[in-house]
Amino acid sequence: MSKIKCFWLVMAVGMLISFAGSAFAKPTEIHWWHAMRGARGEVVQNIVDSFNKSQSDFKVVATYKGAYDEVVNAGVAAVRAGKQPHILQSFEVGTQTMMMSGAIYPVYQLMADKGYKIDWTQYLQPVLSYYMNADGNLMSMPFNSSTPVMYYNVDLFKKAGIPMLSKDKPITWDKLGEITGKLVKSGVEGGLVTAWQSWTQVENYSAIHNIPFASQANGYKGLDTKLLINNDKVVNHIARLKSWMADKRFYYGGQKYQGPKSEFIAQNAGVYIDSISGIAKLKKAVKDFTWDVAPLPIESWMKEPQNSIIGGASLWVFKGLPKKDYAGVAAFLKHLAGNESQIYWHKQTGYFPITLTAYDQLKSEGYYKKNPLQEVGIKQLTRRIPTEISRGLRLGYFIQIRNIINEELELVWNDSKTPQQALDNAVARSNVKLREFERIYK
Amino acid sequence: MIRKRSYFKTRSLPYLLILPQILITLTFFYWPAVQGVITSFQISDPFGFRTKFVWFDNFIALFNDPLYLKSILTTLMFSGSVAIVSISFGLFLASMANRVLKLTTLTRTLLIWPYAIAPAISGILWLFLLHPSYGVVAIGLENWFGLDWNPLLKSSNAMLMIVMASAWKNISYNFVFFLAGLQAIPKSLIEAAAIDGASPFRRFWTITFPLLSPTFFFVTVMTIIFSFFESFGVIHAVTQGGPGGSTNILVYKVYQDGFIGLNLGSSAAQSVVLMFMIILITVLQFKYVERKVQYTG
Repeated sequence: MSKIKCFWLVMAVGMLISFAGSAFAKPTEIHWWHAMRGARGEVVQNIVDSFNKSQSDFKVVATYKGAYDEVVNAGVAAVRAGKQPHILQSFEVGTQTMMMSGAIYPVYQLMADKGYKIDWTQYLQPVLSYYMNADGNLMSMPFNSSTPVMYYNVDLFKKAGIPMLSKDKPITWDKLGEITGKLVKSGVEGGLVTAWQSWTQVENYSAIHNIPFASQANGYKGLDTKLLINNDKVVNHIARLKSWMADKRFYYGGQKYQGPKSEFIAQNAGVYIDSISGIAKLKKAVKDFTWDVAPLPIESWMKEPQNSIIGGASLWVFKGLPKKDYAGVAAFLKHLAGNESQIYWHKQTGYFPITLTAYDQLKSEGYYKKNPLQEVGIKQLTRRIPTEISRGLRLGYFIQIRNIINEELELVWNDSKTPQQALDNAVARSNVKLREFERIYK
Repeated sequence: MIRKRSYFKTRSLPYLLILPQILITLTFFYWPAVQGVITSFQISDPFGFRTKFVWFDNFIALFNDPLYLKSILTTLMFSGSVAIVSISFGLFLASMANRVLKLTTLTRTLLIWPYAIAPAISGILWLFLLHPSYGVVAIGLENWFGLDWNPLLKSSNAMLMIVMASAWKNISYNFVFFLAGLQAIPKSLIEAAAIDGASPFRRFWTITFPLLSPTFFFVTVMTIIFSFFESFGVIHAVTQGGPGGSTNILVYKVYQDGFIGLNLGSSAAQSVVLMFMIILITVLQFKYVERKVQYTG
């Protein structure tokens, strides 16, 4: 053998070995598509990095795919092309669609298959219950969860001679009526504004007062569900808000959070209802007044108010990927639910920790003594065991239904319809959507 | 012998040369359109595991939905307003700019600029001016003029806002074409008319306008197509179809039902309807309006 030939042979063998070697040593990639941008995206990446460093068999690759709806659409397209990621973050209103998709590997089953014995009772129940099926099995892993609370302008309250609100005990809606009345009299332009009106004023109002939002246990028990929000209690609540509009004790700032939030920041409104994720936003934006957080108001007849319900997103595992990958997926979900990740996540983003153990550890660290605002939401969420009615909502085409509710409420606010007409119409229109959805899966 | 034209013996060469264009058109236009038509006859879950052929059910449901019919009306009103505003302003500005003697390039460049702005950005700009909570102009309207401006709740205000945001951008586009059209009109004709004693208005109406009619026709078709489709960005940024669905034009509804709501069958049916509407409008324009258009050699 000539020297040259020998050289090539050595090279070839060397390359073969290095290829094979890299194939063996290379950790299996686990793909996770999410919707967490900016600061939250960095927090996600840090949690992923800590998992990747903790072991060498798997490497989680987290990719930002846009807003919630864009992530879901990317997931849909990927499944259709047979190129789905392992984990997809989907917002809470997409729960029914994901659950019915036939494309997912339920989380409770995955964890059991991979030999993890998880004591689900150690999780925050109102968070888990949103993502459980009718039998109480967890279908997706809760990830970022929030709930609405009430923000108020301490300075304006002082000026109007209104005592500060309790962080544990909710005030009544009647009381809020008096407070906003005093605010307006004291010269503030408006009383109450609310973000995400369907979520805060209809969905959460119903849950807290244990009023069914839809039949079949809010849709958990069957696709043949119908909306029930045209009941007297919800109609009265909307009628009350409408009557407050006359003297600007309540006024409308838009469907999402930007409008209402800017009214609160500009001190045009003394009270503002929004998700707990508003805490971080207000801390950044408000410079010239102090504000505080209180639980959502309740009706005077509601002696034992129920838990509020969550908003946010959960992680769904897709099936149909190589078997060996799922050990990695399970290990990663386990890591995510671990105390360290949960505490870090909660501290950085304000979203709830999902386990009681993480919550207890935060308490014993004295975190809530220093950050009392952060506990208002958790306490409101966990004040009672969820009932069939307050555990969550499970509706097909829920995004469109929310849209319908938003539209009909706007028609109340601009005097086109009475509250009863609007909610009747919202129910009728939503039921058409629910039947369309049901038909697909028949 | 010198041949003036080159020609090829193989008959397949021309086809080969246009093949890339055909492939692109087939892949990006015809194939999706056919897919859309097929989907409009089906109901399906988002992931496509359960697909049922339902004949015209999606279409029947659409036309039984009073809100869909309302959305058609809204669309016609919206694109009509955008067309009127943007064409009349475009023509006005072009005839003015045609007379500008100093700084002509600068004036024209400035007038063309808004066209370079994406619809969504244009929407955001108008939102910063006119949002009742943080809009600069909106606050001025309220404080100085005592107007109760609130596009979040008042349908007419919201409609006005999206018409302005969409038309503003399109004025520039129309301006370019009108200016080019005006400059192509021979000066001698207008001068002759002036010598004969025709007033400026008469000169415009009997000479400029007829000679401008091909441009006018083109611009109308383009503006209507623009307002049917491109205005999506404006609406998405400004009103999201609100308040109470009063600015929910067809193309935005397609997006909401298909992309956000994942109701693919209905969304596809709406796209098909939209496609037929555009075909119909364009055919009507060509059939009835184009006859009156005078093309000069």
